[in-house]
Amino acid sequence: MKKIKARALSLLADGTVKRVLGWERGEDAFDCSPALFENEAEMERFVYGTCAGANLSKYCVKMGKAEGKTLVILKPCDTLSFRQLLHEHRVERDAFYIIGAGCTGMMDENGLLAKCAACKGKEFAVYDEIIDTEECRLPTGTEKRMEQVEKLENMTAQERFAFWQGELSRCIRCNACRNVCPACTCIKCVFDNPGSGVQSKAPVTDFEENMFHIIRAYHVAGRCTDCGECSRVCPQGIPLHLINRKLIKDMNELYGDYQAGLGDNERTPLTSFTKEDAEPGIIHERGNG
Amino acid sequence: MTKETLVPMLGIVTEVRVDTPDVKTFRVNSVEGGKCFEHMPGQCAMLSIPGVGEAMFSITSSPTNQEFMEFSIKKCGCLTGWLHQMDEGQMITVRGPYGNAFPVEEDLKGQDLLFIAGGIGLAPLRSVINYVRAKRENYGKVRIVYGARSKEDLVDYPEIVNEWCREAGIDVFLTIDQPQEGWEGHVGFVPSYVTELGFDPQGRVLVCGPPVMIRFTTQALMEMGFEKNQIYTTMELRMKCGVGKCGRCNIGDQYVCKDGPVFRFDKLGELPAEY
Amino acid sequence: MRKFAAEKLEQLLSGISMPVYAPVEDGGTVIYGRYEPGMRLRLDKLGTDRTPKEVLFPQWESLMHFKMEGKKIQLTEEERANEDYVLFGVRACDMQAIRVLDRVFLSDPVDTYYAARREHGTIVGLACDAPGKNCFCKNFGVDPAQPDADVVLWPAGDEYFCEAYTDKGHALLNGWDTLEADECAVTAIKEEIGKKYDALPFAHLNLNGFDGEHLMEKFESPQWKKLSMACLGCGSCTFSCPTCQCYDIRDYDTGNGIQRYRCWDSCMYSDFTLMAHGANRPTQLERYRQRFMHKLVYFPSRNEGMYSCVGCGRCIEKCPMNLHIVKVIRALGEGEKE
Repeated sequence: MKKIKARALSLLADGTVKRVLGWERGEDAFDCSPALFENEAEMERFVYGTCAGANLSKYCVKMGKAEGKTLVILKPCDTLSFRQLLHEHRVERDAFYIIGAGCTGMMDENGLLAKCAACKGKEFAVYDEIIDTEECRLPTGTEKRMEQVEKLENMTAQERFAFWQGELSRCIRCNACRNVCPACTCIKCVFDNPGSGVQSKAPVTDFEENMFHIIRAYHVAGRCTDCGECSRVCPQGIPLHLINRKLIKDMNELYGDYQAGLGDNERTPLTSFTKEDAEPGIIHERGNG
Repeated sequence: MTKETLVPMLGIVTEVRVDTPDVKTFRVNSVEGGKCFEHMPGQCAMLSIPGVGEAMFSITSSPTNQEFMEFSIKKCGCLTGWLHQMDEGQMITVRGPYGNAFPVEEDLKGQDLLFIAGGIGLAPLRSVINYVRAKRENYGKVRIVYGARSKEDLVDYPEIVNEWCREAGIDVFLTIDQPQEGWEGHVGFVPSYVTELGFDPQGRVLVCGPPVMIRFTTQALMEMGFEKNQIYTTMELRMKCGVGKCGRCNIGDQYVCKDGPVFRFDKLGELPAEY
Repeated sequence: MRKFAAEKLEQLLSGISMPVYAPVEDGGTVIYGRYEPGMRLRLDKLGTDRTPKEVLFPQWESLMHFKMEGKKIQLTEEERANEDYVLFGVRACDMQAIRVLDRVFLSDPVDTYYAARREHGTIVGLACDAPGKNCFCKNFGVDPAQPDADVVLWPAGDEYFCEAYTDKGHALLNGWDTLEADECAVTAIKEEIGKKYDALPFAHLNLNGFDGEHLMEKFESPQWKKLSMACLGCGSCTFSCPTCQCYDIRDYDTGNGIQRYRCWDSCMYSDFTLMAHGANRPTQLERYRQRFMHKLVYFPSRNEGMYSCVGCGRCIEKCPMNLHIVKVIRALGEGEKE
């Protein structure tokens, strides 16, 4: 993607932007990290390719406070996160110049990322310009978005409980999922607040299995764009995104299709009430255990 | 010494003294009576109320006191808040002593001593001052500059005026930040008072107080001609273990809990300013 | 030198009367878990997802209990570990990591919780017949062909060569049905391992200047800002690291008294040094710097040059943003080694 680099360089040179938030080449093809570039010399190490899996939206929350415009490179799914942050007034649109970067699916050493296997599409939700190719507009991945959620739904309650218990019992509470999540932007997370009574660094009880991830999923429900970063970063390989996806699926079924990060933010399923809304009793009807 | 790392002994609060609006001094004895353990001036102990928290406090009393240990504690957080509302007879847990001490038997011996304290910063120095008073023949002139926000905020005021001020060979200079009715002494911040008083750059200086006061005081001392290796201070960072293992209180390669809390300024100058 | 047929391994492990902790699968990850006959051993896995340190220093452990009654406190210490066990299949890097932990926990004053576990364990090391691309242990004085353990196993096709180095090791190995073996075969294996290692990308890093002498120079390097920019402040690196041992002590109200426990903590967390009046490492830059300075400068400065990185490569694999220690060594070091 030489075009993106060239465009970034020219926007830096003409003063449109003060810095570029992109990716930096590391030790090998898969070793690439988010990085900030402030001049042409630094841009030497700039890279955009199939290893740029990280969603840079979360960095925008902090970067938005810097003086002058920041150029940020966002993939289609990343633009949903950015736009959701805009809706929540966590970032200012004027602080960023957004290059929507075409994506053919991101990889790591094990192949296509899980989040790309069930790609949500190649539309950009927000951008100043798009740089892509024909190939980037072709669908990525063959997995249906709700395929794995449906599998879980088809389990009995006991099987499902056992599945999640097995997965979540591996949690080491490193907080990577929370810290990477573009929807987790509380200045002080309740789980970091010693006064909350729920601060915990280690699974002293079965808190991680039973509560932490569920609470987090509920807190981002309606705001989670399903960017899949939580699962990508989990050092324990827990498919956390499936919890969020289940909530998205339920919301879509109960309130009509909705994608966080799109729309005008005036009527979101969980922040607006209509007479047609499902009654709480729906829980009993839908539950199968 | 507490026999087992991390496992405390039990102590009883035998007296609670209100020093200032936000400082209380707690007298602590072991359950059997007497002191929990021996210490040297400048050393600290971990105090805790189970379920509330555990934290490091400097031992305010002098080791020459054979009957009890004292801790002057300012109310500023969760644990200190709890400590402030307890009565005599309350059990607490105690472990220590931790860290190094002021070199009272080495470098300080035979020297004129200048103590400079601000606010609750007197707490660790009081241990040294009373140690020096008890072994008066081992030390030269003693001068004490102590300042606080107001007269009410001077910790240990009765002991200062009734004992220290009346003792031969000890000069005490008190100051408060703002003029106050009934106060005829000096008004002004500690560093400028130190400059105003002017001291011969000899002997040893022990400084303790808020970081900003320490910084300006040492500057003032250097301007008077004191060398960094004449000045000592004592540090405080967040601690959990007290024995150099939990990994958080380091300044560079030095653990404040184990290699400190007492540092000589020349040593501190060789370390990152991460405190 | 002794040897036994590889197919007999599981039988040997099952025959050990003590609990055995070995690399086993746990839902797609590999951990040092309690081995039971029939479980699939994962002796092929380099850089296990969770490290052997957990057997000696678990993520959380109870230290003591308090009963509170009026103004009275009653204290009961948690029992120290008192059961002998075998920690099996420890790689040379992870074994060196245990030596690092020993430096911390067994130095004066001894941490008796750790010491008890350490004393009751017999460690069986496993030579790395195929070091991987993330391995860089030799930079830290670790020989992947010779774990510093009680017993060492060298895989060689359908056989394992084995040797005991300590009394505990001999006691364990004496109970095994092994055959006399030729020392030369193992020498050849070790040479082969050395050759494979030398071909790896991070095999020879330049650690010149990573010592107490250059502490301020490294600390003040302008590189930290760039290096730490993408750090999320999560604890993946610290919790996956075989030497990270920072801990927190906390109290938990069980409803029936207070349990004081110890749990892993991370220098990457914002509350790590937080006090009532603020933190002395206020941004992620300081926290990030602390972690690497500790491993590469502070620790060797206090421990006769012993680094607290062992080159296991887990941070390379686990950091969500690929901000691993090799990058730090390259950015702050003096370039490539000749």
